[in-house]
Amino acid sequence: MANLKKLTSLQMASFAANGYVRLDEVVPSELNERFIQAFQNGREESKDGQQEEIPAVPPGTPILEAYAKGTVLGDIMRLSEVRGAIESLVGAGSLVDHHFVHTLPPASLFKKNNRPQRSQHIHQDSTIDPRTSFDIQLFYYPQDVPREMGGTRFVPGTHLRIVSESAIARYQNIRGQEHITCQAGTIFFMHHGMWHGGGINHTEKYRYLYKLRLNPVIPQVKLWDTSDLDQTEDQFRPIFFVKEARRQNTVQDVLMRGHPWFEGDTGRIELIQRVKFWRRLLGDPSFDADYWVSRLECDPYQNGENTDY
Amino acid sequence: MDSQDLRQQVLVLYLSNSALDSRVVAWAMYDGTGKEDHMSGDSEEPPYQSGIAALRDGWRLFHVSPLQDHVSGDEFRTGYFKYEFLFEKLISNG
Repeated sequence: MANLKKLTSLQMASFAANGYVRLDEVVPSELNERFIQAFQNGREESKDGQQEEIPAVPPGTPILEAYAKGTVLGDIMRLSEVRGAIESLVGAGSLVDHHFVHTLPPASLFKKNNRPQRSQHIHQDSTIDPRTSFDIQLFYYPQDVPREMGGTRFVPGTHLRIVSESAIARYQNIRGQEHITCQAGTIFFMHHGMWHGGGINHTEKYRYLYKLRLNPVIPQVKLWDTSDLDQTEDQFRPIFFVKEARRQNTVQDVLMRGHPWFEGDTGRIELIQRVKFWRRLLGDPSFDADYWVSRLECDPYQNGENTDY
Repeated sequence: MDSQDLRQQVLVLYLSNSALDSRVVAWAMYDGTGKEDHMSGDSEEPPYQSGIAALRDGWRLFHVSPLQDHVSGDEFRTGYFKYEFLFEKLISNG
C-alpha cells in the first residue's frame, strides 16, 4: 500500500540491537478514548450489545480479519505508521497470536483489600523459543503513563537471549533497565524475546496496557523501507587501532553499541548474534560489522577435510 | 547468641566476569528479617559496584556459579547471566 509509512534501515538496525521500536503518540486521542471506552464496555455487567467492545480473537487469525475496518482496533491497526511498522517487522498478513488488556489497579484498591503492591517478576513471554524468525508484541498505552503509574519495565538488548520465561525472575534489577513513561497513544513494537515485567501503580487511576502478539507468515527479509540502505551501511572500519573518527549512525554503528548489562565475554557474543540477526533481515550471509563473524568464518579447513589429528 | 534468633539476608550479584573484583551488572536482595522488602525494578543502581566491595562490607560469600565448558555447536548461544555470586549476612532478630 502506497501510504504505509515503513521503518527506515536505521530504525530496523536499532530494533536488531535493542529489541524494540518506539512510536510516540502515534495513535490519535480520539482513538485512545474510544479504546478505553471499548475496554470498559466489555467489563460492564449490563451490556446492551450495541456498544463497541474489544473482541475475542481466535489465535491464528490474520490481523486485518481480526480487526475490521471501522472498529477501534481496526482503525488503529490501519494507521499508516502502525501498519507500516508491523509490516516492516513481520510482513503483511501476520497472524494474531493473542491479545490482552493488562490493567494495574490504583494504589487505594490494594490498601482497601489489605494487599501489598508487588511488581511483576522479570520474564520473557511464552516459553523457550529458539526460532530464528521472530514475533513482535505491540505494547500500546492509550493514556499518559508517568513514572509513578508503573509502566512496563524492560531491558533493552535482551531479546536475543534464549531463556525459559520466568526462570530469570531472580534478576530483580539489571543495569540499563528502563521503565516506560510515555504520552497517550504511544506504541512500542517489541521483539518477542524482550525481558520485561509490570511495575507498581502509585496513582489513583487504572493503568491500561494493550498487548498484541503477531506471528509472521512470510520470511522477514527486507520488509522495511530500504531506500536509505546504501547511505546507512558502512564498509569494514578499523577496530582497535583507529586513526579516524568512526562514522556515526550507520547500520554497523547502531549494531555495535553495547548495553550497561553486558558481561565481558557474552557482550561480544551479543554483537555476533546481532550480526547474524541482521544477515537474516538482509538475506545476505556476507554482512558483518567490526569483523566479529568473518573472523570465525575464516577457516581454511571448513570444507570437510579431516583435521582431527 | 542463639542461632534461632538469627535471620539471613541474601544478596545476589551478577558480575561482568568470574572475578570477584569485576563490575556488577545485575543484583537482587532478599531480607529474612522482614525489615526490608525488595522486589523487581526497585533500584537503578546496585548496592555495590563489585563483589569484593560487598565482601568488604561484611557480606559472606556462600555460592559461586561454576565455569562451564561450551557445548559444541552451541558456543554462541546466550541465555542466563553466567557469573552469579550469592552472599549472606546473619542478622539478630532480637
